[in-house]
Amino acid sequence: MTAVAETTTAGRTRAGRHAVVGKLLTGLAWFAAFIFFAPVLWMLLTSIKQESDAASSPPSFLFSPTLDQYRAVFTSEAGAYFLNSVIATAVSTLLVLALAVPAAYALSIRPVKRTQDVLFFFISTKMLPVVAVIMPIYVIAGQIRMLDNIVTLIILYTAMNLPIAVWMMRSFFLEVPGEVLEAASMDGASLMLTMRRVLIPMVSPGIAATALICVIFAWNEFFFALNLTAANAATVPIYLMSTMTSEGQFLAQLSAASVLASLPVVLAGWFAQKQLVRGLSMGAVK
Amino acid sequence: MSVPTDTRTDTSSTSRPGASSGRAGPAGHDHRTARAAARAEARRRRLPLLPALLFVIVCTQVPFLLTIWYSLRSRNLLRPEGDQFVGLQNFADLFIDSTFRTAALNSVLITLGCVAVSVLLGLGLALLLDREFAGRGVVRTLLITPFLIMPVAGAMLWSISLFNPTYGLVNWLIGLIGLGPVDWTSQHPIFSILVALVWQWTPFMMLLLLAGLQSQSKDVLEAASIDGAGPLKTFLFVTLPHLRFYLELSVLLGAIYVVNTFDHIYLMTAGGPGTASANLPFYIYQRAFLGFDIGQSAAMGVVTVIATIVISLLALRLIFRSINSKEQS
Repeated sequence: MTAVAETTTAGRTRAGRHAVVGKLLTGLAWFAAFIFFAPVLWMLLTSIKQESDAASSPPSFLFSPTLDQYRAVFTSEAGAYFLNSVIATAVSTLLVLALAVPAAYALSIRPVKRTQDVLFFFISTKMLPVVAVIMPIYVIAGQIRMLDNIVTLIILYTAMNLPIAVWMMRSFFLEVPGEVLEAASMDGASLMLTMRRVLIPMVSPGIAATALICVIFAWNEFFFALNLTAANAATVPIYLMSTMTSEGQFLAQLSAASVLASLPVVLAGWFAQKQLVRGLSMGAVK
Repeated sequence: MSVPTDTRTDTSSTSRPGASSGRAGPAGHDHRTARAAARAEARRRRLPLLPALLFVIVCTQVPFLLTIWYSLRSRNLLRPEGDQFVGLQNFADLFIDSTFRTAALNSVLITLGCVAVSVLLGLGLALLLDREFAGRGVVRTLLITPFLIMPVAGAMLWSISLFNPTYGLVNWLIGLIGLGPVDWTSQHPIFSILVALVWQWTPFMMLLLLAGLQSQSKDVLEAASIDGAGPLKTFLFVTLPHLRFYLELSVLLGAIYVVNTFDHIYLMTAGGPGTASANLPFYIYQRAFLGFDIGQSAAMGVVTVIATIVISLLALRLIFRSINSKEQS
């Protein structure tokens, strides 16, 4: 009797200690989330301040919020930059998918010889430092009068994202069960038909995940945009930078512009967290 | 750039249905038609791959060959008359250029520092998130946000707002515990860059490692606890070996991205003070677009690529092995 009682008390205290540790860990997780999110929060706060509150010392936490900065961004020339970003991102992502889906098919479902070598080549181009090729690209683009042209950015963003997209799409194709393909080919369906009716619907979540990753990288790209564009084809990251170089008070407006510039990717990433993981690991992590 | 390879372990082409197999015919011409059919099949298989392959080759290999060509010439956009073949002169100049050495060292320092710290922090956060608790989804969402912020916006947020010497939030915070104001980006440029980079990359590491933790089978963990292993032992001998693939992947992918860091350096310190915080991408950019010294910057590009090839060859083999072994299991 006593022995049983003793063990249950011991069990209860252990359970009690367990609960305390659990609460501590939960608190720690919330604290870490706050620390990592705090800079974003500060950016949000700064974006609804007047410039004088934004650059006050000590930092002001109590102020009358205003949407003036957002209004200022909307009435500035930002629209042209956003339009360029949307065009470069959307067109390059569509191009990537059009090229990557067939290529991934040729590396998975009906593989070419030396599939491993081709995959190796694709991923090795991601290790090529961009700075090592920027000069020839700049010179060539200048010679064929393609500097400050959105088409140049589209081509480069496509090349930049294509290797990742091929890897990702391949990992999705590899998950299509062999029996499905066999059944389709026994029914005498042609390749195009199998592709359209069977394969593409089955890997459409994969296509969405691939598109998400391409959109993120193209939307955020800075180096090519900085070196190859000027007044006509400049994208959002260049706009953010240009708000800084104007002398005087700009911090609150810069924050508002940063919030607007980051919003599309932040929202997409929040709602597609699972696809994000898979995409970032190029399909390796399911 | 193409990395030479000898991995010819293509076993998949025979295992798939529909793979062409040379029919064993008695007559010679049967054999020949079979071979022709096999060739036609190989061509059909190659066709969907070619557009993507050609696109990537034209956009990456052709410019790189031109970079090698430039690296052997004394081209400078400011002096158009001086464009002539100089052999390896540009490379010889590199080795006496102390800024190049500093930049190379900074590249290594920033990459290693950022990857190591973000992997450790990411692992810690992933472990915190790998349990049920109130608001777990919200915590996860908040934690991944730094990675989703536009890097240009993030870099400027840190350098102009948070690290500002007069009205920055960081100086106000350390002021609360009595520490004097610090001019972060000029007194501690590399540290400042690292903070901003770690803030951005920790969520990336956390996401990959969390996926690893959650792919662990609950049976194994239960078995370990029945066998009397405490949480620490379970972590060291069960979880950590399971995480190995995910850790390798995070380190390698992180290194690929971080080694090319440009945005943060350009916007936070502009490589300064002087050239104290320039890494290779930034220094090459400076020589090319501010000095217009094409020959010299091309030579640096070539050296960087060679160094990257050597390192990435090792890294790629590792990544290939782990991803392939994962696919087979």
